[in-house]
Amino acid sequence: MTIAVSILPEQRLAALNAAYRQAVARKRLRLFAGAMLSIAALILAAIGAEVNLRTLFTYFGNFVSYFDRILTLDSGQRVWTDPGEWLWGWYKWLKLLGETLLISYVGTLIGAVCAFGLNFFAAENTSPAPWLRFLVRRLLEFARTVPGIVFALIFVMAFGLGPMAGVLAIAIHSTGALGKLFAEIVENADMKPVEGVRSTGASWLSCMRFAVLPQVSAGYVSYALLRFEINVRESSVMGFVGAGGIGQELVVAIRKFYYSDVSAILLMIVVTIFIIDITTGWLRARLFGRDARS
Amino acid sequence: MKELERPDTAALRTKYPDAFERPAAARLATPAMIAAALAVLIFGLHDLGFEPAKFIAGLHQLGWITLMMIPPDPGTSLPLYLRALGETLSIALLGTTLAATLALPVSLLAARNIVPPNIIRFPVRRFLDSIRGVDTLIWALVWINVVGLGPFAGVLAIMVSDFGALGKLFSEAIEAADKKQVEGIRASGGNALHEIRFGLMPQVLPVIAGQVLYFIESNTRSASIIGIVGAGGIGLQLAEQIRVLEWQKVSFLVLMILVAVAAIDFISGKLRFAIIGRRAVA
Repeated sequence: MTIAVSILPEQRLAALNAAYRQAVARKRLRLFAGAMLSIAALILAAIGAEVNLRTLFTYFGNFVSYFDRILTLDSGQRVWTDPGEWLWGWYKWLKLLGETLLISYVGTLIGAVCAFGLNFFAAENTSPAPWLRFLVRRLLEFARTVPGIVFALIFVMAFGLGPMAGVLAIAIHSTGALGKLFAEIVENADMKPVEGVRSTGASWLSCMRFAVLPQVSAGYVSYALLRFEINVRESSVMGFVGAGGIGQELVVAIRKFYYSDVSAILLMIVVTIFIIDITTGWLRARLFGRDARS
Repeated sequence: MKELERPDTAALRTKYPDAFERPAAARLATPAMIAAALAVLIFGLHDLGFEPAKFIAGLHQLGWITLMMIPPDPGTSLPLYLRALGETLSIALLGTTLAATLALPVSLLAARNIVPPNIIRFPVRRFLDSIRGVDTLIWALVWINVVGLGPFAGVLAIMVSDFGALGKLFSEAIEAADKKQVEGIRASGGNALHEIRFGLMPQVLPVIAGQVLYFIESNTRSASIIGIVGAGGIGLQLAEQIRVLEWQKVSFLVLMILVAVAAIDFISGKLRFAIIGRRAVA
């Protein structure tokens, strides 16, 4: 069986082909210009960041051998051949890891409570006044754009060395991040219950309590748990600036070249983070079903 | 006015016992959870050394610091700060691009629809997870040991820590891609590489581009702090000025970071929507 494919007249075909080529050429030109622009930006960035490939190639061996060194004990053996010697400070490190976890827990909780207090003012549909919304939004933006560790540095100056500065830094950063997410949940909430409650003559506070809160609380908890995961990671470096937790011990080990200690502490941090990730993931799945994981 | 009919509460109560008398376990669950959370909080506050006196003294001090920050003033070091900011932006841009370039091939290995055997995928994923578990600042310290102080260490730190995050995100994007295009390529006789190049990449690249832009944005933030450990950029200046208590310069630097982040946010938001259209990036 043959199928007749109608062939267009020569002239028309040529016109179509020309149009096609032109369209493709324009697209290619745009792509080319975009690529050139980004390459130029990258070259500029490479100059700005003092990238030196020679250094990298000369010292790349160092990077590999760094891992070789941190996986070697003072006696010259591999770390895993003598776990007792490798994890000699496990008791002290576990205590510091506990402190790290506690810092992120307390910080996240305080931050979540503050975000909870502020988010109804930041959401478009529940805010009592536009100027208040603007103010709260800017405040939250400020709190989440300034990196947590910068707050920690400043708080260490104000509150002295110790975990208090770390907790407050994490709390402020979490307030900013969670406040925005919470407000977004509220903006997605169904407004009909609010109208229902308001029609009974209830105050703004009762509207929030009986119409909005029941819809949004599950989302709040889910986001707060996610934030906790992130904060565990962040509080592991709070010690770098003297704000408590395991970071202090790690930075000392790295700076003083206690190689096997570096790998031991890193191992403990990574394992802790794994456990926290898995636990909160499981908790979220149990509380809200698999849909809430986003 | 007509009186409303009183509902027959007793009959309703016998009909729907759960609505009137919820079981004790269900009623107590929420208060119990809140009480437990509060107990851990109080223990934490005690254990971390929160004392009201210390807290109030600190707040007092903080008030002074805030007062001394006004007005923000760079003094005579404005050119130096602008250079540092440029360095920070360079670190973010370069680090993210390198991370994306490295993460793309590895993410193929971590995607279920490309590499079915679990025996390869599982170690690759755990590898990416462990890289992600280590904070950027820690990577910066490691790289400082390798290439010395300076922004280059910062680029490498951002590159490595983002490699973990982007690898995971890319592999998720690849797993979410439509299988039909790939099957079409296979049906017309393409090999595995053709399938990836012509069936998968056209679907995945816009998503990936959006994610990379988003990461450049968030890395401007990370890059502004890795200077605190000596890996270049504006963080170095910031940490120094905090240590020598030059609060006016500190507030100026913080403002610079805020403005830079807002500008990058704006630009990359525009670019992102230009690439993927008006859709939210997952």
